Amino acid sequence: MKNFGYTIQNDRQIDYDKNDTKLYDFVAESEKSIRTCIFCGTCSATCTASKFTDLSLRRIILYLKRGLNESLKKEIESCMLCGKCNLACPRGVNTRNVILNIKRGIEHYEL
Amino acid sequence: MNFDYFVLPFCIGALILFTILSTRYAMWIVKLPRIDKRKAWLGILKFKFIGSIWEVFRESLLHRKIFKINAMLGWMHMSFAFGWFLLIVIGAMESKFHKSRVFNMPYDPIFLRYFEHNTHGFFFAEGFTFIMDLILLILLTATILAISKRVYSNLFGLKRTTKLILGDKIALYSLWTIFPLRFLAESFTSGLYNNGGFLTGTFGNIFASFLPLQMLEYPFWWAYSSALCLFFIFLPFSRYMHIPTEIFLIYLRNCGIRTSKNHTGYTEFEIYSCSRCGICIDKCQLTDVMQNKTQGVYFIQQIRRNILSSETAYNCLLCGRCTTYCPVGIDINKVRLLKRHDFAPENGFNFNYLDEKVTVAPFEYDVIYFAGCMTHLTPTIKNSMVKILNKSGDRYIFLDKEGSICCGKPLLFAGNEKQARELKYENKKLINKTGAKTLVTSCPICYNIFKNEYNLTIEVLHHSQYIKRLIENKKITLSKSQLNVVYHDPCELSRTNNVYDEPREILNAIANLQTTNHEKDNALCCGGSLGNFVISETERNKITNNMVAKLSEHKPDVIVTACPLCKKTMNKQSDVPINDISELVSNAILQEKNY
Repeated sequence: MKNFGYTIQNDRQIDYDKNDTKLYDFVAESEKSIRTCIFCGTCSATCTASKFTDLSLRRIILYLKRGLNESLKKEIESCMLCGKCNLACPRGVNTRNVILNIKRGIEHYEL
Repeated sequence: MNFDYFVLPFCIGALILFTILSTRYAMWIVKLPRIDKRKAWLGILKFKFIGSIWEVFRESLLHRKIFKINAMLGWMHMSFAFGWFLLIVIGAMESKFHKSRVFNMPYDPIFLRYFEHNTHGFFFAEGFTFIMDLILLILLTATILAISKRVYSNLFGLKRTTKLILGDKIALYSLWTIFPLRFLAESFTSGLYNNGGFLTGTFGNIFASFLPLQMLEYPFWWAYSSALCLFFIFLPFSRYMHIPTEIFLIYLRNCGIRTSKNHTGYTEFEIYSCSRCGICIDKCQLTDVMQNKTQGVYFIQQIRRNILSSETAYNCLLCGRCTTYCPVGIDINKVRLLKRHDFAPENGFNFNYLDEKVTVAPFEYDVIYFAGCMTHLTPTIKNSMVKILNKSGDRYIFLDKEGSICCGKPLLFAGNEKQARELKYENKKLINKTGAKTLVTSCPICYNIFKNEYNLTIEVLHHSQYIKRLIENKKITLSKSQLNVVYHDPCELSRTNNVYDEPREILNAIANLQTTNHEKDNALCCGGSLGNFVISETERNKITNNMVAKLSEHKPDVIVTACPLCKKTMNKQSDVPINDISELVSNAILQEKNY
């Protein structure tokens, strides 16, 4: 079969009754502004590290909300904390503190 | 020998104070890193103590820095510190002259009036009595000022001050009673023996007319001695610990020891030198926008009590205003950064990708232009700089044109020293590869770290310094416009690196530079600081609003700054247009006509 570069994504169901939100709760407790995120993606568009890697803060917060903690763990490693996302964010999310607290949460829960 | 049982409280208090202080100081000196210990020893050989004594005289006795902040506050501190110092020195001299004995008991000068009633026999005696009375009068007025400061703190330029803890209260109240008790005890004795100077003598006679001095004299000497005892015992557990500690801090600082990246003995000296005066509270811009107790004084208090929270450590703009105004000269910013190490996440960073992804073609260049992350958010600055660089004729490379590596300072702000080192390594590799002699950056944050922490062999310039050099070398010619501008000093450029004059000279050449009340050391933070991880968007906006209002007091046409982050932050809140200095320069470049 000819490869057109497209694939069919695996079906991924997220059960919101069962998903693991402890990391999100940990972050949201110390940085409330994460609750105002509208997933617009401005942060990802402006990101310094995303020029070189797959890092996307929008996706990380999405993973966080869905409890996909394993997936975000790898992705967040390349953030340089430069703070461009913080300035670009239209919702005033304190992104640098979100990222720091995700890392702290990962250490805290030993994920 | 002069002796009475009431000298015992004083002696015991002094002994306890001496023991506690010497144990503490010995422990801290042991905790100094080896290199700092060496510096401290070498300081003795290099006669560093001479400069230190002069500084102790200026700062610990005359309180020059506090005078600069508020004259009343300075006067109160000076009359207390210098007055007490003179009382001790001249008192000691007086007691030695009286008996013509050099080695007398240490309590002799303090209780001299009780033991020696003959002030006529010795020709110096009356002079000494006069001087001692004068000093006592100064100390009494200082006490009155100190008490009124508690009631009308506004008179002393202090809007807010710290709350006293128990140790502070006991030490404070005993300090208030020391000099009035001395005055009463001396007056009573003078009244009884009909001697004394203009103060104690006069009041002694007045008291003698209606008080049973015979009965009162002895208890009051006891009370005076006990007040001294109480003050001495509680001094190490109160804010007054700063009095002896500051002397050591000044010496160590003069030996070239600075706050390092770890909590060392020097940090202990700094922490205990904090007098909790609260000057940093009024100078902190966070004070106006939030109730959190995060300012330098509270931060240091939390370290002293070992209850530092990550919220306090991270809730600071790191603008450095508190450090500038701290009368003791504690480097609060550095202490805060070193404390952040304890709270920073250690794992979860991986910058291996940088090694493969970022490359630069080796070539001979004169100048590297490193825009910095924030400059990429404000493309007008970037474009202006490119225009200026093209005009300059220097062979330059735009190092981070296609995506940059962060300079590492934001990671340092977060307390991630180790991770920042990786970024520094990558950047340094790139910079060295280009073979350029000058690195120009548009971002003061990058400038600060490139200059102070990269140990680069090449010259590091902020673009304002670079532009000024271009003007001096006649590589660009600029036209003067009629714009009225004010200049906002970015914290990382001005207070941290003392780049004050270059931007101002450029602005004087191309526009009418107006002065404001908030410039140079007194410059305000724009509120966009990368140093603060805690404050919310609303609070940031309030800070920005406040500072923009202060800068636009005289209705300038443009507010000029030299930092992309400041520009971006102020732009959101200001009615007056905000420009970077490079934008103004790029507009002012004279276009040669092409025929």
